[in-house]
Amino acid sequence: MATFEFNGRKTVVVDGSRIPFQRSGTGYKDLRSYDLARLALKGLLNKTQLDPNVVDRVIMGTVVSNLTTSNVARDALLGTGLPHNIPAHTVTMACISANQAITSGIDLIRTGQADVVIAGGTESLSDIPIRYRKKFRQKLIETQKYKKPTDFLKFFRGLSWRDFLPEIPGINEFSTGKSMGEDCERLVARVGVTRSEQDEYAVRSHQKAAEAIEKGLLAEEITPVGVAPKFNLVDTDNGPRGDSSVEKLGKLRPAFVKPYGTITAGNASFLTDGAAFVLLMSEEKAQELGIAPKASVHSYTYTAQDPVDELLLGPAYVIPKVLDQAGLKLTDIDVFEIHEAFSGQMVATCKCLNSKKFAKENLGRSEKVGEIPLDKLNPLGGSLSIGHPFGATGARLVTTAVNRLIREDGKFSLIAGCAAGALGNGIILERYN
Amino acid sequence: MEGVEIQKEDSVAIIWLDQPNEKVNKLSLKMIDDFKLILDSLEQDQEVKAVVLISKKEDNFIAGADLDMIQQISRLEDAQELSRQGSSIIHRLANFPKPFVAAINGAALGGGLEVALACHYRIATDHPKTVMALPEVQLGLLPGGGGTQRLPRLIGIQKALDMMLTGRNIFPHKAKKMGLVDDIIHPHGLLGAAKQAALRIAEKPVKRKRKKNWMEKILESNGMGRSVIYKQARKVVYRQTYGNYPAPLKIIECVEGGMGKSIVSGLALESKKFGELVISPESRQLIHLFFNMTNKKKNPLAEKVRPISCIGILGAGFMGAGIANVTATKKIKTILKDISLEAAVGGEKMVWEDLHKKVKKKAMNAFDLDVIMSDIVASDNYHGFDKTDVVIEAVFEDLGLKRKVLAETEAAISAECVFASNTSSLPITDIAAEARHPERVLGMHYFSPVTKMPLLEIITTSKTEDWATATAYELGLKQGKTIIVVNDGPGFYTTRVLAPLMNEAICILNEGGKIEDIDRAMKKFGFPVGPLALFDEVGIDVAAHVSHVMGEFFSKRGVTPTKTIEKVYEAGYQGRKNNQGFYSYPQGKKKGKKEVNSKIYSFFGGSSRKIIPMEDIQKRIAFALITEATYCLEDGTLKSPHDGDIGAIFGMGFPPFLGGPFRYLDSLGLDKAVALLQELTKKHDKRFTPCPMLCEMAKNNKKFYSGE
Repeated sequence: MATFEFNGRKTVVVDGSRIPFQRSGTGYKDLRSYDLARLALKGLLNKTQLDPNVVDRVIMGTVVSNLTTSNVARDALLGTGLPHNIPAHTVTMACISANQAITSGIDLIRTGQADVVIAGGTESLSDIPIRYRKKFRQKLIETQKYKKPTDFLKFFRGLSWRDFLPEIPGINEFSTGKSMGEDCERLVARVGVTRSEQDEYAVRSHQKAAEAIEKGLLAEEITPVGVAPKFNLVDTDNGPRGDSSVEKLGKLRPAFVKPYGTITAGNASFLTDGAAFVLLMSEEKAQELGIAPKASVHSYTYTAQDPVDELLLGPAYVIPKVLDQAGLKLTDIDVFEIHEAFSGQMVATCKCLNSKKFAKENLGRSEKVGEIPLDKLNPLGGSLSIGHPFGATGARLVTTAVNRLIREDGKFSLIAGCAAGALGNGIILERYN
Repeated sequence: MEGVEIQKEDSVAIIWLDQPNEKVNKLSLKMIDDFKLILDSLEQDQEVKAVVLISKKEDNFIAGADLDMIQQISRLEDAQELSRQGSSIIHRLANFPKPFVAAINGAALGGGLEVALACHYRIATDHPKTVMALPEVQLGLLPGGGGTQRLPRLIGIQKALDMMLTGRNIFPHKAKKMGLVDDIIHPHGLLGAAKQAALRIAEKPVKRKRKKNWMEKILESNGMGRSVIYKQARKVVYRQTYGNYPAPLKIIECVEGGMGKSIVSGLALESKKFGELVISPESRQLIHLFFNMTNKKKNPLAEKVRPISCIGILGAGFMGAGIANVTATKKIKTILKDISLEAAVGGEKMVWEDLHKKVKKKAMNAFDLDVIMSDIVASDNYHGFDKTDVVIEAVFEDLGLKRKVLAETEAAISAECVFASNTSSLPITDIAAEARHPERVLGMHYFSPVTKMPLLEIITTSKTEDWATATAYELGLKQGKTIIVVNDGPGFYTTRVLAPLMNEAICILNEGGKIEDIDRAMKKFGFPVGPLALFDEVGIDVAAHVSHVMGEFFSKRGVTPTKTIEKVYEAGYQGRKNNQGFYSYPQGKKKGKKEVNSKIYSFFGGSSRKIIPMEDIQKRIAFALITEATYCLEDGTLKSPHDGDIGAIFGMGFPPFLGGPFRYLDSLGLDKAVALLQELTKKHDKRFTPCPMLCEMAKNNKKFYSGE
């Protein structure tokens, strides 16, 4: 096994923090992803009491970018009053954008290019750029070349009324043209996941999250915020529905493949606004600053498959790969935090990992990877219940994972996520002593 | 020539202004002489086709006339001559055969702007420090370098009067819009642009076409319309000043006398009136005050200041939020703590709302507001307080509570942190009685609303160490405050002198006086608000509390304050807060004249009122304050008459043109003041007894400000 550390430099996770996640169109409906990032950055700095002058880099993931802040990482950094001399960049990798931001930060640290990195992501789906159709856009651009007022008559030539309708950015898979829900339907049908299995998992997610809120277990990772202009206090995630039940979810109609499908609004993650960050450091820097980190980075990796049939199976591929890389077995892991895009995707992933057939045919392994113990998997809820701001989820997973390592007295934690384009990411963290 | 450097480039002469050993360029007598020579030589120089006037200072064009020079003039003729000389050289510049371009980066104020106005073209930079104003009125003067004539001719009478009567700052984009400057450019391109413009005008003189709005078209084009403008302007000035300030009226007179006539006759009128103002007592006092304030901008303990990068505020109410506002806008991190997060976030909201108004008015960038708000952390616990350098408590005025938060804070802060109590009446010594480190406890008494009121009263106890005072002073300076440092005692200085003033107003009411008469009399005397209206604004509950606390103190001196206000409070009156006060506040009505709430007379002897002569009211109420100020100086609460004057003017609105209680006593003559107090004592009560120090000084013919 290749060693992950580079020049012996170890990366540590000092801490993480996020603002409460809100269903789109609710608590943060007046804010941009830039504003969410500012609030979360401010929260992380306040929580860790970090001197911002030591920060070497800020990296943010985001998916639906705002036109006015095209490099939201830099703009939000400046808008939070951080020192001007910190470079910042924005990355995008669909639903694992924050994972990419974090692993980029890890690389900067282990290759000696940085000592302190703030990484995570921000997403507002309440504020998506809705654009004109292509023909109309072309015409608008042409008008810049118009010289006389009569030139504007040309504008309407060849435009039909349909060209004036606005266009909402697609969330369909570019290469297949299918929505992610449709792809998930294909997956669950192929792997054999039933509607009730999906609804049961979704109910579990909501109940676990509601329970965690009730017990105050999520408070540790949350920075409450006052939201301009009314400054209502937002201090809790508003996604979890503790009162959900299999009966209730069973009444919902399929959302994608009508009327035969199994995926409904109740067993899929919902559109969410939010931002989350983690503070990464080199081990030496943390020691120099007298900071006690929560975990160290043991390993990470990425995988990619065929987007037609395996769009959401990223974790089933990346988990064995990252475990191999780390020289660990599934049973060594105490804390699992896996991104829940759909209930069906979660159940399918677990089934594949626990299947000898899948191991042989798809992974080229003689033995199955193993069964993920349910009590170690997302016990504080997941993206299905807490929500999934595309660009920020990875940072939430890492934050929850490091907090759980300490609370549950574990040693290793595994974070995994799937993303559009059939991508997968896995990160292994080790509790820091 | 000292302070002026001339450089010739491409047929343009560039006059660089750079007064040695000064941060800013000022206009002086010597400069006038120098300028004559420069103009002579430029006139003859065949190579020079145009001239650019520019400053070498980093962020200043010309800050105005040298005030020291003006202050030294004592004779009317000298003052008028000074203006005539300055005005004539500026006039020569305006009529110079080669075009002059003013290249303005940084402040162009007063005489500095008047010079620019005489130039043939003005280019300003978009530097944040670039600002134009004619602030002479604030010093009781008028623009005596042609400003009253050239400004209305350039931008119109109404806009010019507004600028000159308020002294308000005009920023570059506004200046361009109103025609005050011709172009705007970034600082690096200023000289190049000015040179280009100069050569262009040398070829072809500028023709300006001022855009007029319909009001300007109707009113300013004819004599009748103009007389309406002047009449209206005078009416507004009277309403705001009660005729106490001669400068605004003379400014109107100069504009009226000059418009529609030749500029030369206008300039002559302006010089005449300028001279009259220079020697007026009002202007003298305002200039004293200006110098006094400038002095206060220096920290007397500068070498003992400890660094300030983060402060904590306890209590996120109106006061706490106001303090957070003036702190975070100066890039100091501020933790705003209250009992609950809801309350703390409510404080954050008040700051945001106040600053967002500026964003709406384009006085602030939306992005800058974001940065400021990032520096305010709303909190319900002491997390992060170990990194604070000053903690200011602004919790409810209750001794037990204040001691409790002090104890909690001491457990959370480092040894380097100052603890300040923002109380208006509780003695700091009492608050610090159980402190583990009383040496770092002091009072920082802010005035409400904090964003608008310029005064900060720092209160030190016998145990407060200098580094703590120095650091609190530094914080106050950063917050833009004018600061006085006083010794601890009930009510410190400001509240202690305010109490007798309020008491006297109530006494007059008890005797049958009318609410509106009392308030009008004091506004006529020069206070911005009448004492009874002030009760309503401050809150009758607060006033009753202060009256109670201060009552004990005064009774030790044998003076018994009236208790009526406490009875009024007990009956449920709280002033503006609950719309129950000396005035009535009908719902929905926000503007217009307030009506007296005649129901309240039941506490003051019923509805039949009598007329008490205005002068009596003024004497009694003003001297109630003034005499207490002298007691404060006598017992060492006040460290200097300077502090007493600043505190009275900025803390409670004592008329600035009278210079403050001590300047006013000096100008009145201490013997006359003592006689007046003795007469008041005989007529009313021993509360007017002059203090021994004042009697002693009067006997020895002394003044509070000797040698000035």
